[in-house]
This record gives sequence, structure tokens and C-alpha cells, in this order.
Amino acid sequence: MGHIIEVENLQKVFGQVVAVDDISFTVEEGEIFGFLGPNGAGKSTTIKILCTLLKPTRGRARLAGYDVLREPHAVRRSLGIVFQDSSLDDRLTAAQNLYLHGLLYGLSRQVLKKRIQEVLEMVGLAERQGDTVRTFSGGMRRRLEIARGFLHHPRILFLDEPTVGLDPQTRAAIWEHLHKLRKEKGLTIFMTTHYMDEAENCDRIAIIDYGRIQALDTPDNLKRSLGGDILTVVPVEGIDLAPLIRDKYNVKVQHSPEGLRIEVRDGASFIPRLASDLGNQIKSIHLRRPTLDDVFIKLTGRAIREEEASAVERMRLSSHRRPLRR
Amino acid sequence: MPAALRAIYTIWYRDTLRLLRERTRIIGMLGQPLIYFLIVGQGISSAMGFRGAPPGLNISYLQFMYPGILAMSVLFTSISSGISIIWDREFGFLKEVLVAPVPRWATAIGKALGGSTAAMAQAFILLFLAPLAQVSLDFITAVQLVAILFLISLALTFFGIAIASHMETMEGFQMIMNFLIMPLYFLSGAMFPMQSVPAWMAFLMRLDPLTYGVDALRLLVYRNADPQILSFLVRYDLKIDLSVLLLLVLALGAWGTWSFSRQE
Repeated sequence: MGHIIEVENLQKVFGQVVAVDDISFTVEEGEIFGFLGPNGAGKSTTIKILCTLLKPTRGRARLAGYDVLREPHAVRRSLGIVFQDSSLDDRLTAAQNLYLHGLLYGLSRQVLKKRIQEVLEMVGLAERQGDTVRTFSGGMRRRLEIARGFLHHPRILFLDEPTVGLDPQTRAAIWEHLHKLRKEKGLTIFMTTHYMDEAENCDRIAIIDYGRIQALDTPDNLKRSLGGDILTVVPVEGIDLAPLIRDKYNVKVQHSPEGLRIEVRDGASFIPRLASDLGNQIKSIHLRRPTLDDVFIKLTGRAIREEEASAVERMRLSSHRRPLRR
Repeated sequence: MPAALRAIYTIWYRDTLRLLRERTRIIGMLGQPLIYFLIVGQGISSAMGFRGAPPGLNISYLQFMYPGILAMSVLFTSISSGISIIWDREFGFLKEVLVAPVPRWATAIGKALGGSTAAMAQAFILLFLAPLAQVSLDFITAVQLVAILFLISLALTFFGIAIASHMETMEGFQMIMNFLIMPLYFLSGAMFPMQSVPAWMAFLMRLDPLTYGVDALRLLVYRNADPQILSFLVRYDLKIDLSVLLLLVLALGAWGTWSFSRQE
């Protein structure tokens, strides 16, 4: 199988700001590929370049064998996209939204009629097809957008933050639909997210920060690269154990809001040693497997700030609601 | 179907679908002209006389205003349809269209045709209500009026698209309504003949592109009138009016599609 997306030395500069800084990667056909990073890391800019909505300052990108600068129309036909914010016409019905999309992509009426039913059933909205989109919940809208993105049978589906602002059940349901699409239709999925648990759905993840790819691998390999377990140690108040532990056991120790974060090869056997050596100075010890969060912290020196994310989400949610109140 | 035609048709179809689904807009379209007729016919006309009118002028103010009311309804409907792309940008549908494999200029043309269709729907209602304004129209005149109104509305929808493409937010909307649409309307000769105003205002009226549209409409409605009266009501030859209108459609069409195509 060939590379369905090839990106070489891509760069995008807005005035003084380098939004995307010399990134290169490839995506295989049928893969779920994720861009993980905080808001403003350059994820959406990259998607916009790949979808031919923005021109790169430098570098090359090819989708399904077509160059984004020289063959934008062929590129557009090969991809479907679900934007971060809803792009449905909420005064029209679900079926009408799909019909307009099909017309724009040049599907014949007979094909279109069949496909509309097919995609609506796929995302479980067949019964609501005659209802106006403004009566839909956030999750239903997102499912409809995924259905629409797939309507013209693209080879790649782009999802920009596909489950932002949705509750956990809805998120799980959307991922079920996406996995099904990939399995049944061999679709390549390219997504961005700042949710760590969502990134676990990907076959491979590129961790992006300040416009650069910091690491690119499978979620398991990324976690394994941390080399073991994560211990969180809460010392008795007023005592800084960090230098002591660092010297004594030759391990990496970081301060975190929860306590001291220690990376060790084998957490289960390290705990008794720590407890017998420093037991009277420690309030609690917590052991867990590494998560993508830890990978991100290790690569960038900070956590993806969830507060930032949720502020943006609140804005996004209220902008979804605005048309309803009008 | 080639991509450009596809886009024009789809965007037009979407606008028309929306128009048909929005009952309040249809009621507004029916109600607005009735209000004009009532207010102009029963209210304003009682206070109006024509300054410097030739002897034997036998038309009422409402009859005089009728072509102006046609132009007014087309003006408002067209410009607000064009400007509605701001809403599409704000609420997202525009992105769906911009990422589709169709040229952008075709999208702008589809939008202009969609806006003109809405304006035409309202014009049809007004044409049917002509007897209410004591204006009698034969079929041929009605068809000619529709043709002129279509040119006016096409030009103005493109104008709205151009403005919307340059506007970042909705905030500027009210200002445009106040400082652009109202002067355009008041100086168009829709409410008073150019022949009876001071020279400076006549000069401004000559600069207003809508003047030529209103002039053509009034000419078509009153072409059988006495030549002396006609020369009071109408300023230009139909050929001049038509050439200005066609030029306007081309110029604003080019500006509108260009502005729409270059936005990010």
C-alpha cells in the first residue's frame, strides 16, 4: 500500500507567527492518523493546507497522489471533511443537507438517492432525515456531518476535533461509526484532537507543539518510550524529596500539581524500596501505567492545559446554541 | 454537468429551498407591499403635490410611486440576500461550499441568482397588486418590467456579496443599511421626480445607479402618457437606462465575484 498523504517540509507563516514549522510525514491508506496537540499548535492550519483552503508558505503536500497546489480540485474530490464547528445549514433537513452536498460533488440523482439512505443508516439518523437540523443535538449534528463527509466516497476523511463538546457516550458512539467506516470501506482517517483518550483510537499519532512534530509513532510505542511506570509520590508537608530521590535511585523526578512524578522501569518493585527507605517522609504513593499525557509532558515539558481547552469548548458550545435562540 | 454549472445550480437551489421553508419570510413578502400601498396610498399621497408639474398631470402620488415601490422592494431583498453570506460564514455553511471541488466565482454567481429569485418572487406579488395602486399593466409591459427588475436585483445582490466579502463581522451591517441603502433609495427618483429638485441634488441623483433602474421602470409603466407629462416623469431614454443597468450588472458582478473569490 502506498502513502495516501505525503507531506514534505511544510511551512505556514502568518505575518510574524510560524504556525506550521517545517513538518514532514506520511500516512498509509486505511490508517487512522492523529494530530495531538494543544490549541494553537498548528493542527487546524495543517488540515486547512491539506484541504486546499490555505496555501502553504513553503513545502509540498500530496493527497491520493495529487498535489494540493497544482491539482486542488482532484484533491478536493478525494477528501471529505468534518470541520471543528458545524457547517450544516440548520434551517434545512438532514436529507436536504446531504442532497446539496451530493450536487456539489457531482453525484447523479439516482446514486445520490441511494447513498443518502446508506449514509443516514450508517450513522443511525435514517428516521430523522426529514427533520430540520436545528432540532438536532450536538452529537446528531456531528454524526450527520460525518455522514455528509463520506457521501461522495472520498479516500480520506479529515476530522478536525471531531468530538469536542460532546458527552462521553456520544463520543464513544461516534468512534464506533468511524471504526466501522474504516473497516468496511477502507477509508483513511486523519484527525486532530487535544483529548488524550481520543488519540488512543489512532493507529499512529503525531504529537505536535509550536508547529513542530515532536514525536510520531503508535500510541503503544509512544508510551513504551517512557520506559516503565509512573509513580506519583506525595511527601509529608514541607519536605522536598525530589533531590534526595533523584540522587539515591538515579531516576527522573518532576514536580507536578499532584506531587512528585517519578518514571521508573518497574513500579511494583520500586514501591517497597521507596517505602522502607523514606516511609516516614511520604504521605502516599500512587502507581499507574504511562498515558499519552505523560508522553506529552515528557516531550514538551508541560501538560495539555485542559482549562484552556474547556474555555474554548464553552465558547464553541454557546455558538452552537446561538442560532437556536435567535 | 461541469463543476461551475453544478455550483451555480446548487447554491441557487439552496437559497430557494430556504426561501420556501421560511414561512415568516413569505408572509413578510406578501405583507410588505400591502403596507407600502396603504401608507403611501392613504397617508403620504394626501400631503404630496408635484412642484413644477406640467398642466394636465393626471396621476396620483401613489401611481407615481408604484415603479419606485417595485425598485425599493427589489433593492432591500437583493442587498440583504447578498449580505446573508456573512451568516453563512458565521454559521459555517460557507466552509462546506468553499472546500467542495467547484470554482468560487460560480458560487458567487449562484448566490446572486438565488438572491435575485427571492427579489423576483416579491416583484411578482407587487405586479399582481398593481390594480391596488390604480396602475394598469398589460402582459408585455409586465414582462419588460420583470426583465428590468431582474437586472437591478442581479446588480444589487452582487453588490451585497461584495460588501459581505469585505466585512469581517455583522457589526457593520447596520451602518451599511443607514449610509448606503437609504441614500441609494432616496436619491433614485423613486419618491420624487428629478425634474423638480435643486441642481446639487439632481447631480447626486445622476450618480445613483438605481436612478436609471427607476427611470426605466417608470418609462415602461407610463410610456403611453402625453409626451409633456412623460418628459416630467422620466429623465432618460430607455436605451441609456438599459446600457447603464447592463454595465452595472457587469461591473458589480465582476467586483462581487472577485471579492468573494479572494476571501480566505
